Amino acid sequence: MAEILRVENLKKHFNTRKGVLHAVDGVTFGVQEGETLGIVGESGCGKSTLGRVILHLHEKTAGKIIFNGEDISDVSQAKLKKLREDMQIIFQDPYASLNPRMTVGDIIGEPLKIYKKCESKEALQKKVRETMDVVGLAERTFHLYPHELDGGRRQRVGTARALILDPKLIVCDEPVSALDVSIQAQILNLMMDLQKERNLTYLFITHNLSVVKHISDDITVMYLGQMVEKAKSSEIFAHQYHPYTKALISAIPLPKFNAPDNQIILKGEITSPINVTKSCRFAPRCIYAKPECFNSEPELEEISKDHFVKCHFVREINGL
Amino acid sequence: MAEKILDVQNLEIRYVTDEETVYAVNDVSFTLERGESIGLVGETGAGKTTTALGIMGLVPDPPGEIVGGSIFFDGQDLLKLPEKQMRVIRGGKISMIFQDPMTSLNPVMTVGEQIAEVVLLHNKISKAEARKRAMEMLEQVGIPAARCDDYPHQFSGGMKQRVVIAIALACSPELLIADEPTTALDVTIQAQVLELMRKLQAEYNTSLILITHDLGVVAKVCDKVAVVYAGEIIEYGTLEDIYTDKRHVYTVGLFDSLPDIEKETASLKVIPGAVPDPANLPKGCKFHPRCTEATDACRNEPIPFVKISETHSVRCNRFGSAEV
Repeated sequence: MAEILRVENLKKHFNTRKGVLHAVDGVTFGVQEGETLGIVGESGCGKSTLGRVILHLHEKTAGKIIFNGEDISDVSQAKLKKLREDMQIIFQDPYASLNPRMTVGDIIGEPLKIYKKCESKEALQKKVRETMDVVGLAERTFHLYPHELDGGRRQRVGTARALILDPKLIVCDEPVSALDVSIQAQILNLMMDLQKERNLTYLFITHNLSVVKHISDDITVMYLGQMVEKAKSSEIFAHQYHPYTKALISAIPLPKFNAPDNQIILKGEITSPINVTKSCRFAPRCIYAKPECFNSEPELEEISKDHFVKCHFVREINGL
Repeated sequence: MAEKILDVQNLEIRYVTDEETVYAVNDVSFTLERGESIGLVGETGAGKTTTALGIMGLVPDPPGEIVGGSIFFDGQDLLKLPEKQMRVIRGGKISMIFQDPMTSLNPVMTVGEQIAEVVLLHNKISKAEARKRAMEMLEQVGIPAARCDDYPHQFSGGMKQRVVIAIALACSPELLIADEPTTALDVTIQAQVLELMRKLQAEYNTSLILITHDLGVVAKVCDKVAVVYAGEIIEYGTLEDIYTDKRHVYTVGLFDSLPDIEKETASLKVIPGAVPDPANLPKGCKFHPRCTEATDACRNEPIPFVKISETHSVRCNRFGSAEV
């Protein structure tokens, strides 16, 4: 298996009137072809920005993006267009991400037109119908408009549009959070089947931990623009070492009768990513915080094989 | 047991337009005792919110119409009360927390004014006293009283939802209806808000109707559960009944379609198909087109609501015909 995507020390800062907003601040990871990296975090942790920077929908501030062995950190517009054939995105909101004035067939077929993939209109329509079949959209929806479809079907349209060029990498930005649970399960199964069939690589961005556990091989937990913990999916749910990850996982309400009540309730809320100082960014909410945490920034450290944690006192807290 | 505070019987609500009639709530019945909490669980379009609006007397008319049933609150049928009396109850004895804290606050009023507004409306007190009460409520929900004169945009999502809770509880209501109160919030903030709601509910002995699609949230907060599908309650029981002894195929499917955080599963179990269009409901059992166990009887006949234990009822042909 080859590494299909690697980002190194990737940064995205936005200049605001109040100062510099550190949306993504030094993220490094690699994804193997055919695998799924789940990126988890709460609103404002920079997970969506990260996905967009990788696709060059935002220009990075610093760092490297390597795709398929090639450095694509700074590419020309022409090259970028070529690259996007292999890198697609499925957006969060199936209501807002489809053009209301185009039919389902036109929406799904548009990438083919842009890349001049089909010689004739018939060939294009055939390819669109094939792709619709793959994602489980009935043929009769071809001439319908997005408003005539329910949320689950709309998300299938978004998925078909991302798939039609046969990409290698798909950034999935909260693809199921707008859907009901029974529909969410259908879409997740579809995405996992497609991945197996086509050896797709997913960057799966979500705030839903049970979904991310289900679909991901590796998981990265982000807090205020930085990775605080990264490990295999099964490993991170068995052993969480970072205090934030612990709180995050304990906060999931379990659909069980008499579930043990061992929630860690965090105090306060996510702090501002504007004008950050050299410190652990989680320190203001951390129950284990010591003066050192406010004065110096911890490194992302390998605690056990392939398990990385960014915390000064990870060994003390976990008795390692 | 404690006294019954709310008794909804055979509630039916429709939205009638020129083109179609939407059967939003069909024959919904449930009861609630003082201090008890019930979860209305279901997917989009199941009629959960319309039921709540019915109790609040807020169904938009037209196109909404309450065509049948009764809602007894403290012994009075709310459906027969004139609007003037309803206004006394609404916000005073029954109040509601809406789903989206971002849009349910008035952006041009300070949060203190918004809390004081409801206090002034329902109590004969001076403005200064109302302001004092507003500050107390803010402290209660964990916001420093000094922020009384701030505007909603100066608060984060979780804080705004706390303000909304403060407004809802300002008059110590007997019944609180919370419509997806934590859906718009992050999971760590959700945990804070749920904890707060639980604490305040116990303190004020308020009854609670919690509307949600999140079975995890229900497990944390509720004593009883009603699973709603296509405007009907299809299963009703205590938390224990529903979570450990679920009977309806839909309820089982709903639980199975959740990714389990404690187990490894290869592929999720799926309920085939989608929720029916409430303007065009199937005959017979409303779930039969998606049901794996459906027989001819399910396709044609109305389904009785069957009591299978003292506390547990199911609307499914597989459980005899002894009607409730």
